Amino acid sequence: MTNMLEVKNLSVAFPSRDGPVRVVRDVSFSLGRERLGIVGESGSGKSQTGRAILGLTPSNGTVTADHLAFDGIDLRGASSSTWRQLRGRRMSMVMQDPKFSLNPVMTIGRQIVEAYRRLGRKSKSEMREKALEVLSSVQIRDPERVFDAYPHELSGGMGQRAMIAMMLVGEPDLLIADEPTSALDVTVQLDVLRILDDLVRDRGMGLIFISHDLRLVSSFCDRVLVMYAGRVVEEIAARDLHNAQHPYTCGLLHCLPKIDGGVRPLPTLERDPAWLA
Amino acid sequence: MTASNTKGLISVRDLGVTFGHGTNEVKAVRGVSFDVAQGESFGIVGESGSGKSTVLRAICGLAPTSAGTITFQGEALKAPRQPAFYRDVQMVFQDPYASLHPRHTIDKVLSEPLAIHGLDDPEGRVERALEDVGLGQGFRFRFPHQLSGGQRQRVAIARALILEPQVLLLDEPTSALDASIQAEVLNLLDALRHKRGLTYVLVSHDLAVVAHMCERLVVMQHGREVEELTRSALQHHEATQEYTRNLLVASEGFKAKGTST
Amino acid sequence: MSAGVSRRDWLLSEQPASRRQAKLGQAYRTWVQLRRNKLAMVGLGIVLVLVLAAIFADVIAPYDPLSGGDLRTARLLPPSWAHLMGTDDQARDIFSRIVHGSRLTLMVVAMVAVIATPIGLAVGTTAGYFGGWVDTVLMRITDIFLAFPRLILALAFVAALGPGIENAIIAIAITSWPPYARLARAETLTIRNADYIDAIRLQGAGSGRIIWGHVVPLCMSSVIVRVTLDMAGIILTAAGLGFLGLGAQPPQPEWGAMIASGRRFIIDFWWVATMPGIAIFVVSLGFNLLGDGLRDVLDPKAAQ
Repeated sequence: MTNMLEVKNLSVAFPSRDGPVRVVRDVSFSLGRERLGIVGESGSGKSQTGRAILGLTPSNGTVTADHLAFDGIDLRGASSSTWRQLRGRRMSMVMQDPKFSLNPVMTIGRQIVEAYRRLGRKSKSEMREKALEVLSSVQIRDPERVFDAYPHELSGGMGQRAMIAMMLVGEPDLLIADEPTSALDVTVQLDVLRILDDLVRDRGMGLIFISHDLRLVSSFCDRVLVMYAGRVVEEIAARDLHNAQHPYTCGLLHCLPKIDGGVRPLPTLERDPAWLA
Repeated sequence: MTASNTKGLISVRDLGVTFGHGTNEVKAVRGVSFDVAQGESFGIVGESGSGKSTVLRAICGLAPTSAGTITFQGEALKAPRQPAFYRDVQMVFQDPYASLHPRHTIDKVLSEPLAIHGLDDPEGRVERALEDVGLGQGFRFRFPHQLSGGQRQRVAIARALILEPQVLLLDEPTSALDASIQAEVLNLLDALRHKRGLTYVLVSHDLAVVAHMCERLVVMQHGREVEELTRSALQHHEATQEYTRNLLVASEGFKAKGTST
Repeated sequence: MSAGVSRRDWLLSEQPASRRQAKLGQAYRTWVQLRRNKLAMVGLGIVLVLVLAAIFADVIAPYDPLSGGDLRTARLLPPSWAHLMGTDDQARDIFSRIVHGSRLTLMVVAMVAVIATPIGLAVGTTAGYFGGWVDTVLMRITDIFLAFPRLILALAFVAALGPGIENAIIAIAITSWPPYARLARAETLTIRNADYIDAIRLQGAGSGRIIWGHVVPLCMSSVIVRVTLDMAGIILTAAGLGFLGLGAQPPQPEWGAMIASGRRFIIDFWWVATMPGIAIFVVSLGFNLLGDGLRDVLDPKAAQ
């Protein structure tokens, strides 16, 4: 299997008063048509890793890498026209909160039609047809209603489905989902994950799933990267997670309370300064 | 079942909370009843919009009680609450980034309640409060923006405890924190309860957190009570309601179609 | 050198050991931030010069500002080394008059700030915090004041109270608090439902303590910024009243009144009206630059 995405020694740095701060440090991985989880706590650099792959690093940050290629296309210093070719068509991103990523003054339908228009001109009725189709593909039972709704009229789960639908318009090969379910209720969370799961299976997409929730990621992904302070401290197959070697991974795994009587007090995580080295 | 007369330290009977009026009327809580005994830790679980936080805010007087009664130590609570009530009942908020005044030092945050209630030895009390929540004296004159989320939540707990209340109302105290920090804060809350014999009412969307912290819990949905369970009933999967079972399944993580564990 | 470095470290300490160190540290951080803004430093410099000129007017001014020289030989002299800014039609040294006039300007600015800011803050925070009918009553009163153009309302007040610098100050103060009340109310509305206000309410604090100790400090910075930015307008209003003869009365060296009296000779003796005009311009600019810089530093919305 050839790798769709190759990342070698990716670093992202932001300027600060005391010189540049590297929030992502020498991250390397490759991705085929599979589900890869990136897990870490706040400030671990997991979101910046995802953004750097899509060229969405804030303008004051600098991205460096020995190798950063998507399907053979070098992404380092890619021109804005290259990015336009890639983003939306070949790779897409789903953000945490649909409230902030959907345009509040446009109906969902118009936003999806807009996305189709960017891919090439089709007749209006054809685009509407397509939009309704993509909405039902994310298991929205009443696509007509959602088509005419404004983002604020939808619940969180429905908004996130609409968001995913919009990202599917270009039928991308790679979907980067940055905490796509963290703003949702637990019962809705599973529905959204199921949709993502089906998409990866049926369309053969690659998925990078970024989350703080190690348990959720391990139950959903094939492979997990655990990040701490900008570095990948462990890369492990999800099913082997209980055999994790790195103390940070183990700590993250065990510090969560369990419904069927865990230990008391909860094991806490001792941060070793050596992990930063 | 408990009799209709109030046995608990806190007793909530047919509580209803309504916001707005006319067409904007929102019934956030409709007919919720439970008792919390002295020294007990009681949990309220629900998803967003279930009215779980509103129940907590109604107990401490931040939300209006439009139906039913809330009694504390056998006396029905009136609005507004008397200052003495706040010496017995305190609250910890969800978001430690929003619950501390941005321009006040930790010292000011902790000493203000002492000044309001005219307690003696404010210096000593502030120092002890910081030690109790595992923050050293070095934190005393810092501003909230110089603290991490977990440290801020410790300050919020210290503030709630400085008046030496009997009851602590905890509104999602760890949902804004990283998992490893959550463990530390939950351990701290657990230890403080055993040391001081506190009574907790803890609200959370996370069934695991409630199961870990509380002996008894009530599940809420759409402002109504779904069912009341003990911890052991929850652990032995004795939930009788469909919704509770769904929550239990959801909290176990994702299971792909066709796979079983 | 080492003493300076250690004092800086003491101020920037992440672990202050006393209330005083925490407060000074906070103030020092604000100052360091402000110092980075060059234009704000220019503005601060101008305001400082104004203050110094007002304090040491007697030392700086070479001539008496009120009584002139020989009316036959010293009238309307152009700028020279003897008279840096020339003399006016009463043979008075314009430079000395401007230096002494800074006292009047500073007094107007300070008095208006002292009177209008607390009124605006009190009205705005009270209305915002309590809401309901308190809000309605207070804000309708504010609206009434806001409905009139400031200069017109000030003119009406001065006309009723009689001309003079004190009445001009009162008139300007009365007309300048409503924007501060609006601003403070808007800020209060966003603060009112914050968790930290609920938290202090749950500690049993009364409304007075909450408004004064918790709401006002957060509204204060944006109001201070607004007041500083308004200073230019206040100086202009005072000058305008002076120009119309309703502010400071002759022979007081008020800048607006000086322009008014120099207006008659503006073609032949340009410096008589221009010099006080430049003074008004420079001081207004100074307050504006300072206000802009303060906004970047103090405004909680601009901060991280």
